[in-house]
Amino acid sequence: MPSDELVALKTKAEQRNRANRICVCTAASCQSVGADRVHKAFEAEVNKSQREEQVEVRAVGCMGLCSAGPLVRIENDETAVLYRNVTEQDASALAQSIGRAPVERLICPTDVPFFTRQHKIVLANCGQIHPERIEDYVAVGGYEALYRAITEMTPGEVLADVKASGLRGRGGAGYPTGLKWQTVAKSPDPVKYVVCNADEGDPGAFMDRSVLESDPHRVLEGMAIAAYAVGANLGYVYVRAEYPLAISRLRLAIRQAKAANLLGQNVAGTRFEFSVDIRLGAGAFVCGEETALLLSIEGRRGQPRPRPPYPAERGLFGRATLINNVETYANIATIVDRGGASYASIGTERSKGTKVFALAGQVKNTGLIEVPMGISLREIVEDMGGGVPAGGRIKAVQTGGPSGGCIPNEHLDMPVDYDSLQQVGSIMGSGGMIVMDESSNMVEVARYFMEFSMSESCGKCVPCRVGTYQMHQILSRMLSGCAGPGDLSMLEELTRAVGETSLCGLGQSAPNPIKSTLRYYRSEYEEALRKSRPSMPLAEEGVR
Amino acid sequence: MCPQTVRNEAPSDDKRWKIINATMRRNGDDSHALIETLHSVQETFGYLDDVALSYVAKSLRTPLSRVYGVATFYHFFTLKPQGEHSCVVCTGTACHIKGAQALLSAIKGSFGVAPGETTADNKLSVISARCIGSCGLAPAVVIDGNVMGNLSPQTLVARVEREIG
Repeated sequence: MPSDELVALKTKAEQRNRANRICVCTAASCQSVGADRVHKAFEAEVNKSQREEQVEVRAVGCMGLCSAGPLVRIENDETAVLYRNVTEQDASALAQSIGRAPVERLICPTDVPFFTRQHKIVLANCGQIHPERIEDYVAVGGYEALYRAITEMTPGEVLADVKASGLRGRGGAGYPTGLKWQTVAKSPDPVKYVVCNADEGDPGAFMDRSVLESDPHRVLEGMAIAAYAVGANLGYVYVRAEYPLAISRLRLAIRQAKAANLLGQNVAGTRFEFSVDIRLGAGAFVCGEETALLLSIEGRRGQPRPRPPYPAERGLFGRATLINNVETYANIATIVDRGGASYASIGTERSKGTKVFALAGQVKNTGLIEVPMGISLREIVEDMGGGVPAGGRIKAVQTGGPSGGCIPNEHLDMPVDYDSLQQVGSIMGSGGMIVMDESSNMVEVARYFMEFSMSESCGKCVPCRVGTYQMHQILSRMLSGCAGPGDLSMLEELTRAVGETSLCGLGQSAPNPIKSTLRYYRSEYEEALRKSRPSMPLAEEGVR
Repeated sequence: MCPQTVRNEAPSDDKRWKIINATMRRNGDDSHALIETLHSVQETFGYLDDVALSYVAKSLRTPLSRVYGVATFYHFFTLKPQGEHSCVVCTGTACHIKGAQALLSAIKGSFGVAPGETTADNKLSVISARCIGSCGLAPAVVIDGNVMGNLSPQTLVARVEREIG
């Protein structure tokens, strides 16, 4: 028996439904190349031809292929045609093509690997629904999993499903989600919190941003189900202040869900209560670390503290706290909907389900993709990404941002899963994937990441604060040709010391970019040393 | 009935302090609201000055040292007034390998300002950002809130010149 709330919203969506839809991608990337103007042009066009009854102009979220933006999809219930690089001038021709032959010159083929190799769960609604309309989300089955969970399932059953799914944390570390939930559920603490980590700080990663901008209700539903499973009544989304569109859409989504009685007291007429509030980050990478993030929610400086106690035992305001990443929560509704076992059938032995990646750098097709775990890196960057634009050779693929490493071309055939990536010296990370061609100097790449970690180090523990600075100094000396003969061994010594003795994940993983480039591109370091004359002055780094 | 909290007098009769007060009230006038309140001040006044920091400290009954600590810990907060126009150059990984440094050099060459600086005529502030999440458009820049992608140094300089008139 569906709830009255959901039925009412579905009816609302149906009333708005038209035979034809012009879906314009209005995610941040397409917006920056003029999607808003394109959207307005289509509205004017439909208005002018007085076809509002037959054609809906819908602003949707990310369609994925950012490099071909603005993207527009013209669809009816049978067919859909995707158009690329659409301008305002094209609106008239495209609007008139409805019911006739499509406009060939603008067609973006969708039978190519970029689209066909994807398996969409988290991104299922991205680019389909209007992110600012809750009824659109409900019309495609949204909030049904939540309703089913709180009316037909016990918290234990929800937990069992999540455990059976094999889902692992999508923030990067890959801790089994079910285990984390279980720890919080078992805690006798009378007050518990559910926190969503949307502090996507890795440079080169924009998955969480796209999900929040394109399908915010999916994240809220996941959080609400989590709250039911662990026994929490209050949740926070900690989101970067640098993502204004994501923030405003999330705010709107929370208001709509409250108004529709899907958040707040007596959710959908049951005794379950769950409210969500937003907390803004303020530009500190270290706040992606969970203990730092919780302190930041409390209005303090985000400086990590030693664990244990883990947040699951003592977290926000000293209470038991469940903290997961955006993408992790975005998987939950589907897991409850289809059952844990069905989700576990996707992926590899130890990495289940799908993963969203932000593909960028020296690659033809940049954008957002969701692929089943176990796909090979080469398939992603060469088949889906289309390789290096001018036909060059891929030198390396960087995953995991400043905490990850560079994977050289000869290892691209390995499957993408948590364990394989770790074996080759990188990490899954939150999903940034940067392709580099032969023009990249790996010592320079290492320095870039070290500069990042150095200035983002919170300063609390010495190995990270001092070590990242010293490593950065050595790399700078190598690049400006004034390194000494002992510098390489000192660098290796430091990578070990900082990695093993730092307090939190930031410091522990900061040496990874150096470690992985030393492992695969040692000759570039040696080359830099050979060219070095200790008498050379330390060159100024480029303006920053 | 809860007793009404006695609010400290605002530093001036500028009406904008009401926005700040509303933010603090919404968050229970508690020290937990510190970051939210600083966001509100920066959004309203453009930056955080000593007057605002002391007022927030007093109102939230939080030591000024802690307020200052938080304001300087987070990169997003600025204690200096910004120029009329802002140009945020993304230096995320994708932008870095696609030439963000060249964009910054071009800006420095044409306008004489490096990240974190404002031109002498107060027209333009240049800021470097960690990653604005528009990696698909690298290298990307945000001029007065509008994201622009795939920029060459020449187009960027021309664009900024047009903006600042």
